[in-house]
Amino acid sequence: MSAIILFLAVIAAIAGWWLMQQRLTAKPWLEEGPAGQFPGGDAMTWPAAKIGLGVFLAVASALFVLFISAYSMRMNVVDWRALPVPRLLWLNTGVLVLSSVALQWSYMAARRHDAEDVMIGLLAGGASAVIFLAGQLLAWQQLNAAGYFVASNPANSFFYLLTALHGLHLTGGLVALGRTSVKVWRSSGSADMRLSVELCAIYWHFLLLVWLVLLGLLTGWTDDFVNICRQLLS
Amino acid sequence: MVDIPYDRIAGIPPAEVPDVELYHPRSWWTRYVFSQDAKVIAIQYSLTASAIGLVALVLSWLMRLQLGFPGTFSFIDANQYLQFITMHGMIMVIYLLTALFLGGFGNYLIPLMVGARDMVFPYVNMLSYWVYLLAVLVLASTFFVPGGPTGAGWTLYPPQAILSGTPGQDWGIILMMASLILFIIGFTMGGLNYVVTVLQARTRGMTLMRLPLTVWGIFTATVMALLAFPALFVASVMLLFDRLLGTSFFMPSLLEMGTLSKYGGGSPLLFQHLFWFFGHPEVYIVALPAFGIVSDLISTHARKNIFGYRMMVWAIVAIGALSFIVWAHHMYVSGMFPQFGYFFATTTLIIAIPTAIKVYNWVLTLWRGDIHLRVPMLFALGFIITFVNGGLTGLFLGNVVVDVPLSDTMFVVAHFHMVMGVAPIMVVLGAIYHWYPKVTGRMLNDVLGKFHFWVTFLGAYLIFFPMHYLGLLGVPRRYFELGDAAFIPSSAHSLNAFISVVALAVGFSQMVFLFNLVWSLFKGEASGGNPWRATTLEWQTPETPPGHGNWGKELPIVYRWAYDYSVPGAEEDFIPQNQPPRATHVVEGAAS
Repeated sequence: MSAIILFLAVIAAIAGWWLMQQRLTAKPWLEEGPAGQFPGGDAMTWPAAKIGLGVFLAVASALFVLFISAYSMRMNVVDWRALPVPRLLWLNTGVLVLSSVALQWSYMAARRHDAEDVMIGLLAGGASAVIFLAGQLLAWQQLNAAGYFVASNPANSFFYLLTALHGLHLTGGLVALGRTSVKVWRSSGSADMRLSVELCAIYWHFLLLVWLVLLGLLTGWTDDFVNICRQLLS
Repeated sequence: MVDIPYDRIAGIPPAEVPDVELYHPRSWWTRYVFSQDAKVIAIQYSLTASAIGLVALVLSWLMRLQLGFPGTFSFIDANQYLQFITMHGMIMVIYLLTALFLGGFGNYLIPLMVGARDMVFPYVNMLSYWVYLLAVLVLASTFFVPGGPTGAGWTLYPPQAILSGTPGQDWGIILMMASLILFIIGFTMGGLNYVVTVLQARTRGMTLMRLPLTVWGIFTATVMALLAFPALFVASVMLLFDRLLGTSFFMPSLLEMGTLSKYGGGSPLLFQHLFWFFGHPEVYIVALPAFGIVSDLISTHARKNIFGYRMMVWAIVAIGALSFIVWAHHMYVSGMFPQFGYFFATTTLIIAIPTAIKVYNWVLTLWRGDIHLRVPMLFALGFIITFVNGGLTGLFLGNVVVDVPLSDTMFVVAHFHMVMGVAPIMVVLGAIYHWYPKVTGRMLNDVLGKFHFWVTFLGAYLIFFPMHYLGLLGVPRRYFELGDAAFIPSSAHSLNAFISVVALAVGFSQMVFLFNLVWSLFKGEASGGNPWRATTLEWQTPETPPGHGNWGKELPIVYRWAYDYSVPGAEEDFIPQNQPPRATHVVEGAAS
């Protein structure tokens, strides 16, 4: 459970830092008067959707970190046999990076009010995300064909479970991306549309980051790191 | 598309909007059923939670009948008894209390109390309720599937939860996991709304330190729930994999009905870690909203500002943070590394400090207050007493050496029912009596209310206080019948019968309460907008019950904190949060 504790420590640090800006030491019973007379403590000025996405990313991170915690606890049992990671995953990773880059490009186009480039970026990002998902399914098939079934070893179970979970999050992102594309098509150039593109790009970068962490975990690259952490903590 | 009363891009909503931009539900369906108004969603949440809560209440009667009069009722067998305890626990903790405090009170009170027109994502908010309803229906359906609901205990520990021999192994456990997963998805949608609304949609002048403690409690509990429920999600998904696909995340190799099962190598302890990583914060997810609400009830009905507001806020935040590092105190006898016990016992006992600060502050708020013993206040006082009682036995159980002999006895049952059963329910009931006039425009009947309070409070005490004694004798929990164990004296059996009779009486008084809710809706005395002469914003709405959009054309502007009661020199003994300072000073000057 050390991974989730570390994660919560980070969340607590962010929350604590934010609370420090909110004048929690104010004596509200003495401070009578209109807004602006006393510094600090006003509502956030970011758009609600952006704050909402931030909170959601924290929740989704907690979910993945908890799976990582479970993974690192379960892998210590003797029956654990790491499975060979299909080569295809590297190609998929490249496609997901492209997807993220395309959306970033789309966001930058949105900031320059270039509606055509926004649309191209969104479509390229969406298409490469779909290719990534198809690639993941293909990787599952290869593993299945090679006899690595979901229940035959906990390492396999985790592999299928984590990739499925990541894929589901990306699928959800595709729904949002579709809605954003409709919005761009209808009303290119509005501030609302720019915000939607920006949020999609942020979510894509987040999912790329999650995928890289999961890949490190599943390929065993991070094993040494995990072991060092474990020794430090015990 | 829905009319959104302000631009999604603008940070702060405009203080005034033209009429056309306000919400206008187009039909009966969008007004009452598929409504995006947080207040309607709140009522939907509350009614659904209460309905499934009544099922859990009836289950508790059945358990008590069996425990009090073993062998008398042929329609309860051992398997059913296990199913009753499982469903009773799961419904009460998650589908009733969590849903009612956050989905019910959170939805109703957050936008009104912070001066917002609605939640920031009304559509997602509506979706949250419908997913919750689906979760409840899936849960309720387990009563009708072959094999019935799961009887694994509300903690659902593997391996026993998914092995044959445990009731509900076919369908019950699968649907239970599905229902939990749905609940968590639905809650996350709602939770994003509650958090972002508090962060972003507060009206002008509503600084964090001017928020009523109710909002602080619900806000902090929601943040905790958003971080804790994923642990239950992970545990549920992995257990579902073990059950359906034959993986071995949690399942060790074992003999099932004399044959070697297909499982091997899994760690039941891993499940317990995940479950309690959610399970302990869950206690405070229920308790913190109760803490917040009870602070407001006490302050309003004692006509006195809350004692130590800043300390109350800090204590809420501290409890929220600490509650994430105490989970393994539920696992002292689980076989985990024994030295963990030192750490978790220490953190557990440290939580007593901010909690005790809160209790002292409630009592000091009452001290020399102008206490009006109206029904909400009675329930608030009942809460303090039961909570202190349950909290003290928590100190017993937090210590490893005391906990080990008391584990799995009725002492534990008595403790957690006092602290997270009766105490929060006291607040729920008090809060319903307090806010019912705002929701309906009518007062609840006072005589029936007082009857309800005294039977519930005294009855609950008579049920759970003697249960500690049973636990000290060593009477185990979760047992269908006690049999002729030598260490259990006959007085314990009489006590069990007594508890059962009282439990039926307390259950009956809840029917009186339900009658009161329905009767007062039509025949109750008209309440006016602010019957308790309270300061917080929800009592200052232009209409009662508040319309969609809450505030008419203009948002309220906040000039003061939420607890200006009995201010010296003021004309009345309360000053609403949206009353400008000058008006008071003029009155003050005129008086002198």
